[in-house]
Amino acid sequence: MNSSSVRKIRIGNTPADGGTRASSIEVGGESCLPYHQFEGIMPCKPVIAWEIPDVRPDDWCETVKDPYRELLGDPVGWARYVVEKHGARIICLDLRGARLDKENRSAAASVELLRGLLKDVKVPLIIKGPGPGQKQNEVIAACAEAAQGERCLLASAVGEEYKTLVAAAIAYGHLVVAESPIDVNLCKQLNILISDLSFPSDRIVIDPLTGGLGYGLEYTYSVMERIRLQALSGDAMMQMPFINFVGGEVWKAKEVKMPAAKEPMWGNERERGVLWEVATAVSLLYAGAGILVMRHPAAIAVVEKTIENLMKNG
Amino acid sequence: MKLTGLQIFKLLPNKNCKECGFQTCLAFAMKLAAKQAKIDACPYASPEAKETLGAAAAPPIRLVTIGMGERAVRIGEELVMFRHEKAFFHKTALAPQVDDLMGREEILARLREVCAFSVARAGENLLLDLVAIKEKSGAPEKFAQTVKFTAEQCLLPLVLVSKRSACMRAALESVGSSRPLLWGADGNNADEMAALAKEFACPLVIEGEGVEALAQMACRAAEKGVDDLVLCPVSSGAAGRLRDFTLLRRHALSRSLRGSGYPLIMSASSKGYEGAVAAVGGICKYASVIVLEDPAPWTYFPLLTLRQGIYTDPQKPLQVKPGVYIIGDAGGNAPLLVTTNFSLTYFMVSSEVEASEIPSRLLIVDAEGQSVLTAWAAGKFNAEVIAKAVVAQELAASVPHKRIIIPGYVAMISGDLEDKLPGWNVMVGPQESADIPAYLKEVWARATA
Repeated sequence: MNSSSVRKIRIGNTPADGGTRASSIEVGGESCLPYHQFEGIMPCKPVIAWEIPDVRPDDWCETVKDPYRELLGDPVGWARYVVEKHGARIICLDLRGARLDKENRSAAASVELLRGLLKDVKVPLIIKGPGPGQKQNEVIAACAEAAQGERCLLASAVGEEYKTLVAAAIAYGHLVVAESPIDVNLCKQLNILISDLSFPSDRIVIDPLTGGLGYGLEYTYSVMERIRLQALSGDAMMQMPFINFVGGEVWKAKEVKMPAAKEPMWGNERERGVLWEVATAVSLLYAGAGILVMRHPAAIAVVEKTIENLMKNG
Repeated sequence: MKLTGLQIFKLLPNKNCKECGFQTCLAFAMKLAAKQAKIDACPYASPEAKETLGAAAAPPIRLVTIGMGERAVRIGEELVMFRHEKAFFHKTALAPQVDDLMGREEILARLREVCAFSVARAGENLLLDLVAIKEKSGAPEKFAQTVKFTAEQCLLPLVLVSKRSACMRAALESVGSSRPLLWGADGNNADEMAALAKEFACPLVIEGEGVEALAQMACRAAEKGVDDLVLCPVSSGAAGRLRDFTLLRRHALSRSLRGSGYPLIMSASSKGYEGAVAAVGGICKYASVIVLEDPAPWTYFPLLTLRQGIYTDPQKPLQVKPGVYIIGDAGGNAPLLVTTNFSLTYFMVSSEVEASEIPSRLLIVDAEGQSVLTAWAAGKFNAEVIAKAVVAQELAASVPHKRIIIPGYVAMISGDLEDKLPGWNVMVGPQESADIPAYLKEVWARATA
């Protein structure tokens, strides 16, 4: 690999690598700005991870619940559905039910769900913990162990609390998401701290923190461009691919929920909402996104097609 | 390209005549390089020297104006490849399209949507900028009628889209004095279109395949006296468009290709999501005008929101001023919420409070522009900081109910805060701002019933 390329990372172990996934996924590896294949190489196309919450997501708005109606409380069935019906190549299991302010589900419950999912669904996995705090550490450590050898992507190592998550990734052979708050220097610092634990750089994915369209998207966009330019100029501690948690940021905005009856100028809320997710995701592709975590099947289909078009050598 | 004093000196006559007001030609050259003198002060400067210096002083991408008056659209004069390097200045103009095969009613319906569109967001009125009219009939008379009708119904500047110079001339007879953008010239009609652009003093789109060939065509149009040009590289697909727009922008900024220093135009031809996706690419990467050929009304708000974000000044601080913000007609009984002065936090919280339609007061604490959890971890948003702000703002006097709602993410400080604010009741709000309306309607209403 060129010393001024983005690192290529691989998520998911097939039986050949000691896992049980039917396929694995590679992202990164590009030696040029996003889709600049006229002046460099971009060997891997960005992927979309389908977000599947562990408990019934009552706070999701109707537009994004509609396509999944009968599956909402059934994460394994839901995951099977998106793989079989929509060709999902990777799943992001969101263990939000373990949050203190949600259902405060135990680590054991998360593990049980994860085991079921690993058995029934054979695509690579992103495991997203309940967020900073003691609970995160318990849940992620237990899940990392349960998924030993599967080479999952664990989210997220953040701030002071990166060590437990990184230790779990080292012990059980996973990758980590390193999350920093829209800041070039803090991003690099966290990557260095994680590398200092002897964690290999090709198992780190950067979460620059995603702002949805209208809620700070442009900050995320520019911080990604800055990080990527530094990576391409040879800064090894910036050469990790990006992950953007798009769905959660987009679908909580009032702009996707407001009925057209109340704001006629805003237009049909279903299509407006889907486009809100699409526009956020596509802008981030132009800034270098490698993994986009998304929710709505219609939005995902449009973004998949956009990726195909951008990857064609124009 | 900026010239150095020595490079300029070589262009001067080296007579040391002092007529420019400086002792030597070298001293004058240094002043020119520092932009503290003008080449016109030298009576003996050659035309070549004047041209070279003039070109070096001009902005790398020409400023082009479409239309006249209040709604005139200015594009170009961009200075960077990436917005973080400085900023993007003249925002991408969006131009929904009608055509001369559409019925009057259909045209009117679209024009009504376009002209009436206005959404207030983050201190700006989001508006559409231009209307494009495409000639599909091949009939000069028909095109001219449609153009005239559109201009009567809608005050936005126009983009006239036709490759037939007879059609273009017919349209210009009625609207030629309003400075529409003419799209335009290609390999077959370049001379006739340039003549029309010159005659009616209108900006002209030059369309061509290949970045170098396109720049050459632009040079020829400029030689014919058309200065206000807009370039349209004919590219295949999204990747080809990105390549051509990137190369043209690079050439323009580095002045490495004569004829590349003009704003760029593209067309989003698909319907629905795909058309919008093309426009997203154009807004992010270097399009100054995007013609939306078959736009759906629900695409306008997301696209204009994206444009607003991409074209804000990234150097602008991410903080809002600490203090008490009144939302709605908030009297003494209105809830009081507290959060940090990170501008995104403020924006999200205030827009949710607004959406709740419950008049409220929002205490913004100086947390050095950090978000709630980050600020708490750094000791910038704890009980002490909040208590100080409550005292400094004399809220005990103006908030008779003495209840303060803190973000759910800092629930752990509620006890400490009650200790530091004797007599106050600290309520723990939701973690996510999206849950604020429900919180105010249920928890707050119950607590104060």
